[in-house]
Amino acid sequence: MILRVSDRACVISRSVRLKSTLTSFFDEMGKGIIIKSASTGIFENLALEDWIHDHVDLQNRNILLLWRNSPAVVIGRHQNPWQECNLPLMRRLGIPLARRRSGGGTVFHDIGNINMTFFTSKKKYNRHRNLTVVTNALKELRPNLDVNSTDRFDILLNGHYKISGTAAKLGRTAAYHHCTLLCSVDRSLLSSVLKSNNSQVIKSNATPSVPSPVKNLLDLDPSLDTDTVMEAIASQYKKEFGFATPVITVDPTHESLMPGVHKMTQDVLTWEWVYGKTPKFSVCTSLVVDGVNITLDMDIKNGKVDRCDIGIPDGWLPLEIVNEFTSKLNGSRCCPRETAVLVAAFIRTNSLAADIAEKIHRLCEGVTSVM
Amino acid sequence: MRDVGNQTTLAQLVTLWIFVVSQRCHRHQWTEPAHVFDFSTPLTSVQWRGFRSSQVASGQVLQFKLSDIGEGIMEVTVKEWYVKEGDRVSQFDSICEVQSDKASVTITSRYDGVIRKLYYDIESIAHVGSPLVDIETDRELEGAPEEDVVETPAVSHEQPLQEIKGQKTQATPAVRRLAIENNIKLSEIVGTGKDSRILKEDILNFIAKQTGAILPYEVQKTPAPAVSTTDTPSKEKKPVMAPPAIPRPIFTGKDRTEPLNGFQKVMVKTMSAALKIPHFGYCDEVDLTELVRLRSELKGLAESRGIKLSYMPFFIKGASLGLLQFPVLNASVDEGCQNITHKASHNIGLAMDTPQGLLVPNVKSVQSLSVFDIAVELNRLQALGSAGQLGTADLTGGTFTLSNIGSIGGTYAKPVILPPEVAIGALGKIQVLPRFTSRDDVEKAYIMNVSWSADHRVIDGATMCRFSNLWRSYLENPAAMVLDLK
Repeated sequence: MILRVSDRACVISRSVRLKSTLTSFFDEMGKGIIIKSASTGIFENLALEDWIHDHVDLQNRNILLLWRNSPAVVIGRHQNPWQECNLPLMRRLGIPLARRRSGGGTVFHDIGNINMTFFTSKKKYNRHRNLTVVTNALKELRPNLDVNSTDRFDILLNGHYKISGTAAKLGRTAAYHHCTLLCSVDRSLLSSVLKSNNSQVIKSNATPSVPSPVKNLLDLDPSLDTDTVMEAIASQYKKEFGFATPVITVDPTHESLMPGVHKMTQDVLTWEWVYGKTPKFSVCTSLVVDGVNITLDMDIKNGKVDRCDIGIPDGWLPLEIVNEFTSKLNGSRCCPRETAVLVAAFIRTNSLAADIAEKIHRLCEGVTSVM
Repeated sequence: MRDVGNQTTLAQLVTLWIFVVSQRCHRHQWTEPAHVFDFSTPLTSVQWRGFRSSQVASGQVLQFKLSDIGEGIMEVTVKEWYVKEGDRVSQFDSICEVQSDKASVTITSRYDGVIRKLYYDIESIAHVGSPLVDIETDRELEGAPEEDVVETPAVSHEQPLQEIKGQKTQATPAVRRLAIENNIKLSEIVGTGKDSRILKEDILNFIAKQTGAILPYEVQKTPAPAVSTTDTPSKEKKPVMAPPAIPRPIFTGKDRTEPLNGFQKVMVKTMSAALKIPHFGYCDEVDLTELVRLRSELKGLAESRGIKLSYMPFFIKGASLGLLQFPVLNASVDEGCQNITHKASHNIGLAMDTPQGLLVPNVKSVQSLSVFDIAVELNRLQALGSAGQLGTADLTGGTFTLSNIGSIGGTYAKPVILPPEVAIGALGKIQVLPRFTSRDDVEKAYIMNVSWSADHRVIDGATMCRFSNLWRSYLENPAAMVLDLK
């Protein structure tokens, strides 16, 4: 029995060592750690944030995560992507949409934007303190720089231009506060992608974003590129939180180092999370299809069409065709691709006359223009 | 004598141990194999709640109040409920998500029990210090604090000894059963769920590691090509979101029922309609040696024009030339099969394999397009297909379909006609095989098999055969295409 006891202890300590490969590494580093992500994939980085929040003991430790992404749009936990960004443009350009777990508004990321996540225990959660790290770092680089944080936790340049937005997530014992910082972002792409063509026709209780004029730090001073600024923030963080360990780079795809991170990446990629988590909303609009006025009234719940009513002028299409069309849409995803496939199959299997099929095409185009 | 003495001591220890263990296990509902009752028990000293026969808890109903969020915030908006009335929750399970001023907060349960009342609707304002839910706990809690207190975990993850002593191992009853079935101690599993909760995947990974089996859910780093209508790998723009890898079947011993998704329902509709068509099949072999030579010559020229040239444009153009001679294959019959419409335009569809399922966009009016034009269209459709942007215009109006299943593999197939068309061809893979020439020599030949299906109500075997021969002749001797090009 005693022998078995010691066996068990060995097994447990081995699995503890396995489990805490990254966290035991953190142990050796002490109370403050700065991590840089080796990936520029938005989903991988969001998963890395989640993993640290869930698995690292943050009660007596402060962690700063620095990360940048290739072009992506990130909406807040309870936002409506149809209301917040130009989805057709993003699809054309191949810019992915991601939903983060923290609240707040919609942002555009590209490699000229720095993301910073401040991990602390729930007790030590203090957004203003974190933002002063950023503003002080910038002032170290350029002493006359007019950057200040507001009470809405934005950072303004020259009192007017927003260069950073904030969001936060509080869990049971730990919390993180993350913010962006515009160094050299493609501003024209940012403004075109963050403007939805359908915001007027959508009625929803989702958290709306507050648009603000933005500016890049680089516009003010060409020496303020992302690498320089990240270094400054890292050293200011060390000063503020009182430690001196070097920055470590972590690859968020390293499953053995961070068991479970793969699944977290997959979770944050799914349609059900990105689109399906949208609070219920309705779309109410009139479209001009083939020269006639069509009214469209849809309720979307969990990203899927819950109810769809289409109003057509008398005689434009047989009523039973329209009813079958709307019943096909019920329960389907609010997604142009899926709708196109559904309608194509509908046309195919109903052997419609050519002119009717043509009208159904146009109707489908009209409906998908709001998706 | 000494041995006896030792055995006695051992026996006493064992007895003591079993006594200690049994004290901790008084809540277990069934007997387990003896070896599970050893050192692992303190870690798993959790009520095996899932096996109670009813949800009726015998404890008191407690009001669980919304605790202080910090930063002096007094009000939050309730955004999502993770539980409903009647649900059973464990301590640390998520109850709801609230939002305040750009911060999203997950509220977790303080107790184990059953949810009896939700105090707020979605989008309502909840006040800090007011009740959020009522939970009926499983047992009496004396002087239980009513708030969700921010607590530091009793154990820090890095200290093995403390972990052995105090930490509850989090796992659902289903996961525990899987562990028992496989003789695994939960203490040996690394939990990858929230708060180190052990998930089913963790048990399966553990088993896989032990038996050296392939781990399930391997995610491939490079996204698999979303489109496969050409023989050569297309250089389409790499999708920014990697399509999920095909999950390998995992034996869990349990059936899983789920409703069909949108794409699957479409397939059901289409294939059920196709069932009404009496199919006949006709297969043949095509020698593509000349075509392979021609394509390798033209590939560079096409690339200089910015287009990837595969074999498909040749197959499609050949089919169109054949349809000019046999227009009945480009026809459509109505519902009752009373009228047949010979379609003027050759809109040839391509079966496209996407991560979501089968899509069949078509190239319009192939009769007026050159091989290069068709290649351009194919590139466009492939790009749209992989970006998920194919519209109804591209997906409907087809009159004849070719399915290049050979790009994935296979030789012969029995394709299903897509209504309202009357014919379809499936192209197998191009194989390098030995063939006799006219001079009785054996030479290397590029051979591809084609399998046609046609609607026997309006197409007869002879027509299909003659069409196939004509199509074959254009491909085996591409120069003949030049003669008949319009």
